[in-house]
Amino acid sequence: MSGFLRVAWIVLRKDLTVEVRSREVVYTTLFFAVSCVLVFAFALVKEGRALEDAAAGILWIAIAFAGTLALGRTFERERQSETLRALLLAPADRPAIYVGKLAGIVALLLAAEAILVPLIALLFQAAGLLAQPLWLIAVLVTGTLGYCAVGTLFAAMLVRARSRDVLLPVLLYPITIPVIIAGVRGTAALLEPAPDLPMVRFWVSLLVAFDAVFITLALWTFEPLMTE
Amino acid sequence: MIDFEELAVEDVSRHFGRRKALSKITFTARAGSILGLLGPNGAGKSTLLAILGTLLLPTSGRVRYGTHADASADLRARIGMLGHDLYLYPELTARENLAFFAALYGDADPGGAADRALARASLAERANDPVASFSRGMRQRVALERALIHGPRLLLLDEPFTGLDEASVAALLARLRDLKTQGAIVVLATHDLDVAEGLFDRAVFIRDGRMMEAVTGSEALRATYRAVMTKAK
Repeated sequence: MSGFLRVAWIVLRKDLTVEVRSREVVYTTLFFAVSCVLVFAFALVKEGRALEDAAAGILWIAIAFAGTLALGRTFERERQSETLRALLLAPADRPAIYVGKLAGIVALLLAAEAILVPLIALLFQAAGLLAQPLWLIAVLVTGTLGYCAVGTLFAAMLVRARSRDVLLPVLLYPITIPVIIAGVRGTAALLEPAPDLPMVRFWVSLLVAFDAVFITLALWTFEPLMTE
Repeated sequence: MIDFEELAVEDVSRHFGRRKALSKITFTARAGSILGLLGPNGAGKSTLLAILGTLLLPTSGRVRYGTHADASADLRARIGMLGHDLYLYPELTARENLAFFAALYGDADPGGAADRALARASLAERANDPVASFSRGMRQRVALERALIHGPRLLLLDEPFTGLDEASVAALLARLRDLKTQGAIVVLATHDLDVAEGLFDRAVFIRDGRMMEAVTGSEALRATYRAVMTKAK
């Protein structure tokens, strides 16, 4: 394994071990996301009938809100004992540290999505979500990756800012709007009575392009941004 | 692997916006010596340590590590730092913490390195307990071993005696003297000379970001310390 991937794997394994011990981020993220979906279900499902096309939007709203919470808590953990400084002091490639943190947050969010998707399918009569599982996984993975790629960079940058909890969503949401729109449209295309697969493929391709741009920019800027 | 015998701080200044945290600090430290960085709280000691640890860039001036001045990964491999916070994950066990950092520093046998470090810290019996369950003194011992796990040439310590009982202070002082004998450059920042009396080969005094004096000899050290701390009050 190359040095870069080895460091990313060490950081990812550490983050997952810490999370398995504390279960703090996964429980809070999941609780928040499920609450969000339930509130929308109470508001938008009338007499057992859901608003048309609502499921895709609600899924991505829940992912975006829960993702912000997960990003904030993950880096708060590094701030509490200043362990981020110890990570930056190590002779490892700093972008590899970024990749390890990113992989950990993506894994946590995908775990939350595994519960959100069937819940939304049930509450919003959106069985189409589960009809094309591979395409749904493609939309979720590429969308989550793009959202977290920007979020991980911003959360790391803001770790020492006093008003980081406010600044993170303020900075993150405007920049990730293309990712959220592509995620919503790709998911909505899957929910049509006959899934519009060419349209899903188009949105997934767009998400892959966003991911490539966001991850490249993040890898490029992480080291100078983290050296105060 | 790069190595160096001397740390040279040359006219280092650091500004945060309009606030001058450090202003034209200059001193050197040789291998096999302990340098004290003394001054009241808020003097700029932690900022200077962060610059020496390559975590912060100076606004002007430079730090030389022997012939090296660029903050490369190879240089970071020769620096160990123990901050005011301990840089440990409370959810992980002592062994997991040390093995994680040993792996991050490229150790081929991180578990073995962690076991040896725990034996040095006399904590082998608590190796599999979460750090969150440790006393402050025990955490400090793990944190020191974390900073030393890769055998650094330069060791930076920020207020390492805070919250330690007498036995822990004595153990830490003995460990630092061992490191000095082994040829390390130790830079220790503290506002409390009483616990570190007799430890320093040389001391640099800082107040309000300015270097006041560099002294050797315990009597001169004590007199300068009194003067600097009195003015700070």
